[in-house]
Amino acid sequence: MLCFVKNFAIPGARDLTVANEDLRDRIRQAIKRQERPTVTVLSSLLATQDEFGYIPREAIEEIAVYTGASTNDVWGVASFYKNFQFTEPNEHVIEICWGPSCHIMGAPEIIEEAAEVLGIEGEGDSVDGKGTLRYNTCLGACARAPVISIDHQLYGRMTAKKAVEKIKSL
Amino acid sequence: MFSYDELKGTADQRWKDLTQGDMPWIRVGTEMNGHAAGGFQVIDAIRSELGARNIAAYVDEVGTLGLSYAEPIVDVLKPGRRSRLLFRDVLVDDLPEIIDKYIVNDSVPGNKAFAYLGEEPIQGVPDLRTIPQYGMQQRVAMRNAGHIAPADIYQYIANDGYAALNKALFEIGADTVIEEMKASNLRGRGGAGFPTGLKWSFMVNSPGPIKYIACNCEEGDPGAFNDKAILESDPHTLLEGMLLAGFSTGASNGFVFIRHGHDGPIDRTERAIEQAYELGILGKNIMGSDFSFDIEVSLTGDSYVAGEETALMESIEGKRSMPRFKPPFPAAAGIWQKPTTINNVKTLAYAPQIILNGSEWFSGIGTEKSTGTAIACLTGHIAYPGIYEVPMGLTIGQVINTVGGGVPGGKSLKLLQTGGPLGGVLGPDSLDVKIDFDDMAAAGAIFGSGGLIVGNEDTSVVDLIRVLVTFCQYESCGKCFPCRLGMTQLLDIMERIARFEGKPEDLDVCERLGKTMQIGSLCAHGQLGFNPIKSALTHFISEFEEHLNERRDPTGRTSTKFFSPKATRPYSEDFREVQPLEVISSL
Repeated sequence: MLCFVKNFAIPGARDLTVANEDLRDRIRQAIKRQERPTVTVLSSLLATQDEFGYIPREAIEEIAVYTGASTNDVWGVASFYKNFQFTEPNEHVIEICWGPSCHIMGAPEIIEEAAEVLGIEGEGDSVDGKGTLRYNTCLGACARAPVISIDHQLYGRMTAKKAVEKIKSL
Repeated sequence: MFSYDELKGTADQRWKDLTQGDMPWIRVGTEMNGHAAGGFQVIDAIRSELGARNIAAYVDEVGTLGLSYAEPIVDVLKPGRRSRLLFRDVLVDDLPEIIDKYIVNDSVPGNKAFAYLGEEPIQGVPDLRTIPQYGMQQRVAMRNAGHIAPADIYQYIANDGYAALNKALFEIGADTVIEEMKASNLRGRGGAGFPTGLKWSFMVNSPGPIKYIACNCEEGDPGAFNDKAILESDPHTLLEGMLLAGFSTGASNGFVFIRHGHDGPIDRTERAIEQAYELGILGKNIMGSDFSFDIEVSLTGDSYVAGEETALMESIEGKRSMPRFKPPFPAAAGIWQKPTTINNVKTLAYAPQIILNGSEWFSGIGTEKSTGTAIACLTGHIAYPGIYEVPMGLTIGQVINTVGGGVPGGKSLKLLQTGGPLGGVLGPDSLDVKIDFDDMAAAGAIFGSGGLIVGNEDTSVVDLIRVLVTFCQYESCGKCFPCRLGMTQLLDIMERIARFEGKPEDLDVCERLGKTMQIGSLCAHGQLGFNPIKSALTHFISEFEEHLNERRDPTGRTSTKFFSPKATRPYSEDFREVQPLEVISSL
């Protein structure tokens, strides 16, 4: 097992180029900037996700170095929590709640039409690079169900029509 | 370092300026529901409209009065007035009229004026306390919500804030705090209903010096938002509750555990902590006593199971939030193996009022065995969705019909979904059940997180249960195989039934899976994972039979489309490349 951890290499890792080193710098800064007294693998991953909107594979190594964990451990945490993404999202992130409150108030129609206008079948990235659709289990504003969020701005009492208008206007 | 009296003096002066000064005080509801209703756009527009008219005013973001259906609520206190005038459903376009008519000219614009709150009646609008959505509430944990600005610690202090801490530190001492908490009969509001005073007393004799108080605001339950609302409306109440818990149990550090992405609660809690440090209410030698305590915010990723207390500790340590075996219990070995007490936000928010007003006052509210209030989040097909803090012992029917205004559109109530996805569903016969820990349990329901989702006659039970089972499957952490595999099987079966392709033996298989999950899972997620289906079979078996036998849904649902996350753990193509198995085979 030890040997496995030691030899753990990321297949397809990009060659060390200047651009790559810049990315690593940004990652290192994001991790170091954490203001909370308790810094863990999870908090470092969250800081990276906040900075980039996803977890670049270089971040796994940088976080492992910074926290003293193995890259395996960092992957373990990153793959567990559902908010971590491993590809760069498109320009705008559209989250639609599919929890029971929003579901009975009409979330399925919103998801269907939003996916259609983005040209995708469900969760995922639109081809034009404009929007990324994600499902969310609870956006926290259930009294205004159904709720969607576009780039962290919440919109309540949505209808499929209003949501499509908002997405089109992005 | 300031003493309590110095702080109170400054706070009272500031409060006087706000409420009796010569500038209007405008408050806007910007809790998450207010945010979703456009509260932040409204507050920005108010600032610019006032600026354009050269009107000086205090403008504050506040939390929620509980009336989420009326958000964004704009609440104006004019100089020389003893009552506030509230406007409801305010849009940016309404603001010029509100400002010109009410703030400049003193006439009440009819359009969006909602109610007044205070001693002096305002012509043309009702008293907010005569509106049942507010009048039926008895606000203890949420007493300041919607009234004070969460970003201003002095507004909290002016409203008896940190008085309980002062009383505990300098008058009554740690032992009496625990005695009072025990005597108040406060039971934990996280779901299990364990007596809080007793829980605190377990920690007193645990060895120090490092002991932790963790406050659980993971609140992943869809349909519940009261914990987040407390943090957004009045974070200092929570800090004071944690300080009381810390002082009485001899703890040294506190964690406020919030889900990443809920920016409002996170920002406001962090700001509150910062202010408390500035004034010496947190840190070393609090308010000049020899008690020291530190609090920080700890964020978790999206994981429902992280709300389970041992999984929460794993998450604070930065690991996967998977439950631990018990024993050892948290009071003996918790976060980083140090003694830990974990309380829900609501539980801790009651503590300052209990210490300040006495246990007898608190146990006088509610019922004998479930003292205090219940904070219900009403959502779904209901006329007035919102967060209502009502005394324990009201019936579910009273809360839904009187406070929530019943089911709108002349439809009838068909089902209730209580206590988060694991709580399952209830039928209309449950409206007579009293909201307290014992009556709810006897009726086979959980009050849990306080979420009450109402479904009208058009709601398809099978469709809703499929959502709940999908949620439980999606959120299973995967540690215990009965839960991990059982939920997946249950979801397969539910999807089949909902697509009108169910097999005759399906319900029996569900039953057997449910039993295995209950016996073989470590935490409530697996133990109660079958609950949504079980409760639905109890109350709505005929709908399942109709799906199975006649291949149709009694509500007329014909679509078999269903949108839900596809994988239990989403992973991208990119990530699949580095699955460990492939790495091993490439070595």
